[in-house]
Amino acid sequence: MSSTPSVAAPVPAPAAGRPPSSGLPDPSMLHLLSPKWITARARAAAEERGRTLRFTFLSVFGVAFWAFIFVMLYRLLSYFRNVQEIGPLIAGKLLGLILAGFFSILLLSNIITALSSFFLARDLDLLASAPVDWFKLYCAKLIETLLHSSWMVVLLAVPMFAAYGIVFSGGPLYPLIVLATFLPFLLIPTVIGSAVTLLLVTVFPARRARDILSVIAVLAAGALVIIFRLARPERLARPDGFRSLVDFITILRGPTSPMLPSDWMQHAVMTWLAGRPQILPYYLLWSTAAAVLVLGAALHRWLYAFGFSKAQESGQSFAHDGPLSRLGRSLLKPLGVVRRELVLKELRVFFRDSTQWSQLILLAVLVLVYVVNIKYLPLRGDGVSFFLVNVVPFLNLVLAGFVLASIAARFIFPGVSLEGRTLWLLRSSPLPMRELLWSKFWVGTLPLLLLALAIVGTTDYLLQVTQFMMAVSIFSIALMTLAIGGLALGFGTVFPQFETENAAQIPTSFGGLIFMMTSIALIGAVVMLEAKPVYAYLSARAYGTPAEPFAMIVGFGLAAVLCITTTVVPIRLALRRLEQLER
Amino acid sequence: MIRLTDLTKRYGSFTAVNGITLDVPRGELFGFLGPNGAGKTTTLRMIAGILRPTSGSVEVGGIDVVANPMAAKSKLGYIPDRPFIYEKLTGAEFLRFVAGLYDQQGPDIERRARELLALFDLEEWRDEMVESYSHGMRQKLIISSAFVHRPEVIVVDEPMVGLDPKAARILKDLFREYTRRGHTIMMSTHTLEVAETMCDRIAIIQGGVIRAAGTMADLRASAESGTMGLEEIFLKLTGENAARELIDVLDA
Repeated sequence: MSSTPSVAAPVPAPAAGRPPSSGLPDPSMLHLLSPKWITARARAAAEERGRTLRFTFLSVFGVAFWAFIFVMLYRLLSYFRNVQEIGPLIAGKLLGLILAGFFSILLLSNIITALSSFFLARDLDLLASAPVDWFKLYCAKLIETLLHSSWMVVLLAVPMFAAYGIVFSGGPLYPLIVLATFLPFLLIPTVIGSAVTLLLVTVFPARRARDILSVIAVLAAGALVIIFRLARPERLARPDGFRSLVDFITILRGPTSPMLPSDWMQHAVMTWLAGRPQILPYYLLWSTAAAVLVLGAALHRWLYAFGFSKAQESGQSFAHDGPLSRLGRSLLKPLGVVRRELVLKELRVFFRDSTQWSQLILLAVLVLVYVVNIKYLPLRGDGVSFFLVNVVPFLNLVLAGFVLASIAARFIFPGVSLEGRTLWLLRSSPLPMRELLWSKFWVGTLPLLLLALAIVGTTDYLLQVTQFMMAVSIFSIALMTLAIGGLALGFGTVFPQFETENAAQIPTSFGGLIFMMTSIALIGAVVMLEAKPVYAYLSARAYGTPAEPFAMIVGFGLAAVLCITTTVVPIRLALRRLEQLER
Repeated sequence: MIRLTDLTKRYGSFTAVNGITLDVPRGELFGFLGPNGAGKTTTLRMIAGILRPTSGSVEVGGIDVVANPMAAKSKLGYIPDRPFIYEKLTGAEFLRFVAGLYDQQGPDIERRARELLALFDLEEWRDEMVESYSHGMRQKLIISSAFVHRPEVIVVDEPMVGLDPKAARILKDLFREYTRRGHTIMMSTHTLEVAETMCDRIAIIQGGVIRAAGTMADLRASAESGTMGLEEIFLKLTGENAARELIDVLDA
């Protein structure tokens, strides 16, 4: 007992710098945000493999993307500026439409981000148990939400506003005008989104709310794509297709509304650019931002403690061993116990995670839009050559391959990374890593193959291609799908992201970028190898030139060898990497 | 049953485990003690085949873990200190999955899974997804998973963390009964009372090196400590002045 301190020992005096015992500690909002800033700074300074290459790639890609948006808008706005009377009106309406799109994206993005930052973030236990003023916590989390949800819109907005400012001669004060309107424009959906999330969490447990929100978000995104497609925006590029100018302007009017901040911002910017600045849009933007902030803060004070407490509940998530599970087990019986259990585990983990499967809805929408676009291609009638009709399905392979690579990046590439925290179990069991990798390959690639065959088969049917082109398409897409699956799994294992909790962030990692670039190179190589024999065949059909069976065998043979190699070699490399991994 | 021969693990210039040699015979409950960062978890992870030794060898049941990992691992059950498991599987599905990794299935496994879940009061949670389990419940599920395929050897890292007193008591009884039936357990722990009352033999590791190993009597002799308890022996052998420093800090 001699080593334990006496209970009668004097209480140590407060050290210098600590608050006096009579006052309450009051950490500032900046102090609450400082860990985020320090983390970001440390991440930027961290030396990791491929950092320079990634930075260079992202910089080049980013600048090229900005330049592309700027040039496109610059040319369009320059054309509008020269159209008498209605030119500036069209430019204004276009800005209003873009801002309305931004506003809806921001609202949705803020609702989802607020769920993480206000209710599920790991630092909340610490902050909630510390003597932090509620308003400072609200503001700190609001800023965090705003930054996370709005950065992409801000990046998109820079070249857009630059194009407007340059074409319509905004002058040196123009950037300040944009800033003065864009800040409240970003703040309003952040406050509203956070308030909606707070209300949702008081009704549903936070984790269940996340499931609901992820499905809503994907459905909303899908609906946006479909509405955009149904609006057939390509018609706007052909005003001669409208009966009158009035019809044209009516179409341009679109869904903008005087009650939306996007309309106020558009008025503020366009009236400045027209040389007739108005004070009302600024007043509306700032007063609304202030009002929603006050209301949001009041709602936060009233409900947050209750909501946060409720967010700690997980909600019931039962899963019985039902008939579907038993059917799956008997169907997979021929695989043997180990493979069967691995495949069942993969399927269960995927379909029980709404953030994973809900993306299939978006995928279905995108595929639908793709197929519809193919259907509307003007490949019938006068002036459409035999070559064009046959070349389009061939190019269709490139697009379908790109779609499949994107899907593989999202669903197959993260496979090994997502095992990160449970790898101890697999590594300490007598499971050969080869089994794990091939299970992941087939579970990811077989559905991809079915999708690939469905896309290419349907589009070829809609295009009414020849049997030869149909056979070439099916052969090529099947091999490319296997190769893309192998590449995704291989690169996903060689460049794992074990510490990432959000599966959606894994495809955008350095390994994900390398995978996408390799996949695009593979698709290009396959198409190039097959182009010559296909051209020779089509020439023989169209003009009666001699067919070249040898070139055909070589071309298709090399394409097949390339695809098989890119299926097997990455998985072998992945196996070596996985066996050397120490986790 | 577990034989470590001159086992070494280096991370760059840092040596986490430095030439450990140990022999744990069949039917023994062997305790592995040491301060934080002493090399306990690294050693256990090498035995489980998760980490590859820089040099030296690990044998489980006479099978070299590096040369013949599948055969060695099939004899082994591993319980890690951090209970990360598949969030979207239910407790029953997780146990079935683990048994499947060892190529085991059927009514016997189902019955054993039910028994283990019942033993740790998880029966009502068997069809609930792991995401809704508490830390302690996850730990119980992982412990159950290590027993579900009837391994000959269990390697367990800090088994008592997060367990309620009842579960801790069940685990102690389970370990005793398990070794009584001829199986082997190697366990690292910070709970000295657990090590003192449960383990047949104990090794104290510090800085990647075994400072002392043997029965309590052997350890007392090593530390020249008469009738001291394990806590005093541990502090004496590891040269810890923590208690003195604690008083200094509080008095400052």
